[in-house]
Amino acid sequence: MTAQLLASLPLLVPMTGLVLCLVFWRWVALQRGVMVGVALSLSATAVALLLRTTGGEVLAVRLGDWPAPMAITLVVDQTAAIMVLLTAVVAVACTLFSLGGIDRTREHSAYYALLCGLFAAVCGAFTTNDLFNLYVWFEVMLMSSFVLLSLGGRRAQIEGAIKYVTLNLISSTLFLAAIGLTYAMLGTLNMADMAERLAAAENPGQFTPVAAIFLVAFAIKSASFPFFYWLPASYHTPPSVISAVFAGLLTKVGIYVMIRFFGLMFPASHPDAGMIYHIILWLGGFSMVTGVLSAAAQMEIRRILSVHIISQIGYMLMGLGIAGSALHRAANDGDPGGVLAGAAALALAGTIFHIAHNMVVKVNLFLVAGTVERICGSGDLNRIGGLYAARPGLAALFLIPALSLAGIPVLSGFWSKFLLVRAGLVAEAYVIIGVSLFVSVLTLFSMIKIWIYAFWKPAPENAEPHNPDRDPTVGPMRWQYAGSLFLTCVTILIGVFANQAIRAARIGADQLIEPRAYLDAAMDRAGEPASADPASAGEGVAR
Amino acid sequence: MNSIILRTGTVFILPLLLLVSVVILLRGHNEPGGGFVGGLTAATAMLLHMLAFGPKEARKLLPIGPEAMIGVGLLLALFSGIPAMFAGLPAFKALWTDFEPVQGVKFSTPLIFDVGVYLTVAGVVILIIFSIAEYRGHRAIDAQHASDARAREEAS
Repeated sequence: MTAQLLASLPLLVPMTGLVLCLVFWRWVALQRGVMVGVALSLSATAVALLLRTTGGEVLAVRLGDWPAPMAITLVVDQTAAIMVLLTAVVAVACTLFSLGGIDRTREHSAYYALLCGLFAAVCGAFTTNDLFNLYVWFEVMLMSSFVLLSLGGRRAQIEGAIKYVTLNLISSTLFLAAIGLTYAMLGTLNMADMAERLAAAENPGQFTPVAAIFLVAFAIKSASFPFFYWLPASYHTPPSVISAVFAGLLTKVGIYVMIRFFGLMFPASHPDAGMIYHIILWLGGFSMVTGVLSAAAQMEIRRILSVHIISQIGYMLMGLGIAGSALHRAANDGDPGGVLAGAAALALAGTIFHIAHNMVVKVNLFLVAGTVERICGSGDLNRIGGLYAARPGLAALFLIPALSLAGIPVLSGFWSKFLLVRAGLVAEAYVIIGVSLFVSVLTLFSMIKIWIYAFWKPAPENAEPHNPDRDPTVGPMRWQYAGSLFLTCVTILIGVFANQAIRAARIGADQLIEPRAYLDAAMDRAGEPASADPASAGEGVAR
Repeated sequence: MNSIILRTGTVFILPLLLLVSVVILLRGHNEPGGGFVGGLTAATAMLLHMLAFGPKEARKLLPIGPEAMIGVGLLLALFSGIPAMFAGLPAFKALWTDFEPVQGVKFSTPLIFDVGVYLTVAGVVILIIFSIAEYRGHRAIDAQHASDARAREEAS
């Protein structure tokens, strides 16, 4: 299969699904079939992409065949391929869960079409190299998630949806303003082109204030400190599978874009790189602490999990911050190949690994929370209990991702935290390491709290009798278990085959640190000799 | 609205408006116009008919529902990107033929894309208009919710 076709498939597959779902508006069974097809073909595409990019090859397609800096280019390197693969994993699990767990009213209200739209937007954001196109995918993501949030129209949902869309529109406005400034300043919105023009610029520091606006916009999207307020207000209101998709994908897109954007615009040689990554490191530290502390105060499963997203985002920011600062220091010391550079690669690999692990685990926990709510009729920890005795299988499905989230060895969460901490030790970022380990303990506390209240303690006596298997508005329970089981297997597999997973993340990290192949692919310079210095790269732009 | 003038006028203006919308669609590639404006114009025609004869009659006028219109429109727009891929070119590369279905309009993938936009925009606007016209009010929807909840309780 040609590279161009393969690189455009992550976008085309879910978009085709979206269209087919709308064409089959009246036939919900067909829509379900389309959704299953989308999830499976997206997985196949992602695996193909991952195998193609493992050798360091970067796939690119210039949509519409316009010349290089003008075209909207979709570029897939190892990191993007990993992200698309994880999106596909989330798609498979959530499709399985939806077959059993989503009510018929929502299915008749374009639920599957919206889900496909969301996956298309996420894949678009992961692969696009054009800043304005990225903005468009953010908007598509925002619109489909807004409708998914408010489908059903309960009071709490509408309230959450309004907060969600308003606060995210602030982010979009900032993003758009920064895009306008960027275009005025650099004359291009192709991120590879931007990076090369900045590298060749006489005074690259002029771009830093604009980058600060981008940072705020992406920080709102990724729900990091101090811009996380929209997340706890909305994530617990829709059905659990919808929260699961949001929790798995939306904030991670913000983090991924941050890594991509700052990795390209602020390489180690940039004079302001030290400051930018230092700010990111601080944001990460505060996100971790505030997230985990507010989670400890919650008493409802899905609220605990929602707020925990913020603390997990902190780990990802921490990895990016450590990597950027270490690279900057290595460049300043005149030792770009030394120990610090190795630590940076390790930290970035840890970040990629942590995003991957977190997408799987978080989605799974939300799905299990949905099953718990269906069985007990509530997610309030005071009103439920006795699930370990009643449903031991469900207890196992909860325990594995919960322990993985807390970072218990062998499971996936341990390896990502191990990579981050190790990188931090080499880079001598002791404070943030201390904070992250302390946050890990508190994470374990929150998970054990859910375990004790929902699974161990006997069911409260005033709990109303409830038969989840005979609810006519939703499908059979076994599909819900299938979704959770699939993700649990993925978690265990990531933990067992950690070596391979780390190697893939490491290739991705190396490509992010040394983006020559990415830039060449995005600027359509394949086959030409690699340009030696930024000045000749500038000539390539003029041509 | 019950006005004989509006009804009689609509009978004449409706085909005219639809014709104008198609003209706007076809001249779109090189001159002002295109699928978006054309779609809006077509939706205006439907709005006029709905005002004159009511939403029930207007629905009868449409060969397919507005939801399906959106679907078919998007399908056409997506389909316009496929031929290039079979030719080994990047998706959505514009391909042109010398065949002119209408004087001065060459058959091409951008034309298919524009027709898709036309149908999608018209479908969305018509769907919005119908939803507003057929809105049953808060009370009816609340009653529906209540009866749904009762049915769920009885079953469990």
